[in-house]
Amino acid sequence: MTLHVDSPAAPPRPGPRRPAGRRGPERGSGWARFDLRATPYFLISPYFLLFAIFGVFPLGYTLWVSLHEWELAGDKTLVGLDNYIELITDEAFWNAVVNTLGMFVMSTIPQLVLALLLANALNKRIRGRLFFRLGVLLPLITSVVAVAVVFTQLYGRDYGMINWFLSFFGVDAINWQNEKWSSWIAISTMIDWRWTGYNAIILLAAMQTIPKDLYEAAAIDGASPRRQFWQITIPMLRPTIIFTVFISTIGGLTLFTEPVMFDGNPTMSGGATGQYQTVAMFIVKEAFRDFDFGYAAAAAWLLFALILVGTLINYSFTRRIGGSK
Amino acid sequence: MTKVVLALALVLSAFPIYYMFIMATRTNEEAIDVPPPLLPGGHLGENIARLLSTEDAYFVTGLVNSAIVSVTVTVSVVLISTLAGFAFSKLRFRGSKILLGLILLTMMVPLQQMGVVPLYELMVTLGWTGQLKAVILPFLVNGFGVFMMTQYATQAVPDELVEAARVDGASTMRIYTSVILPALRPGMAVLALLVFMQTWNEFMWPLIVLNPDNPVVQTSIAALNQAHGTDYVMLFTGTAASVLPLFIVFVAFGRQIVGGLMEGAVKA
Repeated sequence: MTLHVDSPAAPPRPGPRRPAGRRGPERGSGWARFDLRATPYFLISPYFLLFAIFGVFPLGYTLWVSLHEWELAGDKTLVGLDNYIELITDEAFWNAVVNTLGMFVMSTIPQLVLALLLANALNKRIRGRLFFRLGVLLPLITSVVAVAVVFTQLYGRDYGMINWFLSFFGVDAINWQNEKWSSWIAISTMIDWRWTGYNAIILLAAMQTIPKDLYEAAAIDGASPRRQFWQITIPMLRPTIIFTVFISTIGGLTLFTEPVMFDGNPTMSGGATGQYQTVAMFIVKEAFRDFDFGYAAAAAWLLFALILVGTLINYSFTRRIGGSK
Repeated sequence: MTKVVLALALVLSAFPIYYMFIMATRTNEEAIDVPPPLLPGGHLGENIARLLSTEDAYFVTGLVNSAIVSVTVTVSVVLISTLAGFAFSKLRFRGSKILLGLILLTMMVPLQQMGVVPLYELMVTLGWTGQLKAVILPFLVNGFGVFMMTQYATQAVPDELVEAARVDGASTMRIYTSVILPALRPGMAVLALLVFMQTWNEFMWPLIVLNPDNPVVQTSIAALNQAHGTDYVMLFTGTAASVLPLFIVFVAFGRQIVGGLMEGAVKA
């Protein structure tokens, strides 16, 4: 970052630049001028300095590591794209990708639909609104680890409350951890439980900015509440829906804590056959169980690519919400 | 209809938390009853005593460490974010738009997962693995915080106020301390609460970089889970204790949190 300080000899520029400063009584003094020009950079420098060390450097360095056969305190051999080539033919990696995407889709879609319904309900004139709003935010302030512990118990095969509940409908005890579909459901519900209320609050906030006369005009034209919801509320919420999808995409594709705790052991394997191992778990396993840093770094960059693609797909998809119809 | 939806949502939101606290007051035999008990039992005291005396979980150490880490990170993020937010919202300088855009862009990058290998090597090189500073330093800044404070300052501080202070001869830092900080206080409170919760929740990086005998509270629960997977009440007592600080914060400042989230959302 370079400091931008004009030389004192430069003629004053025309136009309304820095009107506040130029009207100041000390406008001639060198210190005031320096203060005006340089202090902004001084104010933002702590952020950029720390971000450079703990954000930019790791990103770049990850790329460098990913091009190597790289072990902790061991050999470091430049191997080019070998790690990437090995990864895209690694079944375990693709298994993790499929699991991550599967749980992402399974959690995000119900979550946003429920959040929309909930926001709509919270937007009605009812007594105790604050109470309800606080209530639906309760899960957000519960730690992810706690959520995972409680839900893992609820999903227990023999003593879990969910199997007990299902038994009334004649469903045999399900071993939730055992199969892909069942473990995905269990983990997805943990995510949904924690985030639906948060998304509802965000959507509610946006709903409240929609001008009331839009609804009044629609009502006069004879539009039913349902029609108003689809043709006014949803289109007007589009930017916020994009925002929530965006947040869910990053959160969903970096899923880690819930499946790790669901597993109960720290091998990062995500079940006996890796049925719920996510990409984030795969990265941690390669790096800190198998100490194959280069391979893990390459997987990290592929995760990043996955997030970029996922974000773009979701963006182009949500952009169309309530668009033409 | 609306009432039914909301009541149902409330029950679903509250039940798992209620269940967690109930289990913390029960014995292991009661915890695996079918159907499980839904009212508090009388074993809370003994469960807590057993939790605190469990040697391999280092639960108390975890609680203390989490408090240290969360408070330090919160103070730093709030301070650094208000400084940068002030600059981006109220000061003119070359490149400000680009730099703010850069911060927004980096909010999209999952740095935790992306940077985990180099960060670990960095900590090994510095000899900081196993130490609290290894889990504090990477979280000292937060792009979301800068963004939020920029938005907040744009709204809460009128340009005229800054101009007036300049006319009176106040330096930029003086304006920050006398004009900006007081006006930002409500926004700072919301940011502080959110950052505190987020840091308290941190799991992956502490799991990697800390040693089992010096954990934060979340990794300490993971250790409990691993060592005593069938000792449900211990696990639930620990989990309940780890959530309690967040609950106290929420009960005290819930209204502000909801307000802050909603304000931030509209502007986003």
